[in-house]
Amino acid sequence: MNAVVVGCGRVGSSVAKGLAAEGWDVTVVDESEDALARLGAGWRGGFVVGHGMDVNVLERAGVLDADAAVVSTDGDNTNLVIGQVLQKRYGITTVVVRLLDPARAKLFGDRGMTIVCPTRTAIAELLSTVERAKPKVSSA
Amino acid sequence: MYVIVAGGGKVGSNVTRTLLDLGHELTLIEQRSDTFARLEEEFGPTVMRGDATEIAVLERAGIARPPELLLAVTGDDEDNLVISQIAKEAYGVRKAVARVNDPRNQQHFDLLGITQTVCATTSILGLVEHEVPEHGLVQLLELQKEGLLVVEVQVEGGSPSAGKKAGGIALPQGSRLISVFRQGRTELVEPSTVLRPGDQVLAVAPTPKAMDLRRALLGAPK
Repeated sequence: MNAVVVGCGRVGSSVAKGLAAEGWDVTVVDESEDALARLGAGWRGGFVVGHGMDVNVLERAGVLDADAAVVSTDGDNTNLVIGQVLQKRYGITTVVVRLLDPARAKLFGDRGMTIVCPTRTAIAELLSTVERAKPKVSSA
Repeated sequence: MYVIVAGGGKVGSNVTRTLLDLGHELTLIEQRSDTFARLEEEFGPTVMRGDATEIAVLERAGIARPPELLLAVTGDDEDNLVISQIAKEAYGVRKAVARVNDPRNQQHFDLLGITQTVCATTSILGLVEHEVPEHGLVQLLELQKEGLLVVEVQVEGGSPSAGKKAGGIALPQGSRLISVFRQGRTELVEPSTVLRPGDQVLAVAPTPKAMDLRRALLGAPK
């Protein structure tokens, strides 16, 4: 199974390593060659330097026969556009896009891509943690 | 008519001025604080500060009315695309015109249904192809006293310089590669910079050597 990960920051690099450990053939795309260091010395997967908006870069990364793609650059709009290109132009069935803005996550949520919004998750988690910590009011 | 303009750079500010002069109602959205301050001085409360890709900002600008026309003219193609998509698909804006900064991104606009686009680079290249016999080299500026030409060269797939490090290309004496424009960004050329197809290279050369520079980068003219 082939996977392409666009954006090799903290999230992208960890997802790439995790997928590789599960047996996926992973190719990572990042604008900066330095990002390769995040994958560690033992990285055996692919790495393409370039911008994910560039279809030549995407094709060199193997999007034409990818089974899954994860898009996690540091720009929400960049991720939205690349995610839609991977889904619509290249027909990749599993496209997961990271968006920080909950409003855009909601708006683009029902188009066949899976949108992961860490901000939304964090808000829910923080709220529920504080709620759990609330001192119990005794009924007596 | 009511118009929302996203992006107050050269394009956005000039369009705003013209539309206001014609008597239209308008909101201009600009994110950068220095640019916003300058625009506010000229246009007053017509200008709103914010990120036009944020739904809350668009709503404050009246996207839900909806406007008869939205112009997405920031310097960022991803932003222009997402603004246009939000306007058309979530708010039913009938006419959204987007600026394409990098002509290579035109295909993404087409794919995502943003069909009304304007790309200055494509228009200029179209003119150049008709007007300039030597394709591939655009003269940007002539420094007459110094005898220098500032030119822009577009590297193609088959160019001899494609895939080469800038330091390894034999350039005519007195000429120098200054910067490359790729994927919407400009980078200064270092000896280690590898030229790639699609790069727009800014260079300076002594006026009589301009064609030699072209040959060094692109090969002999066809």
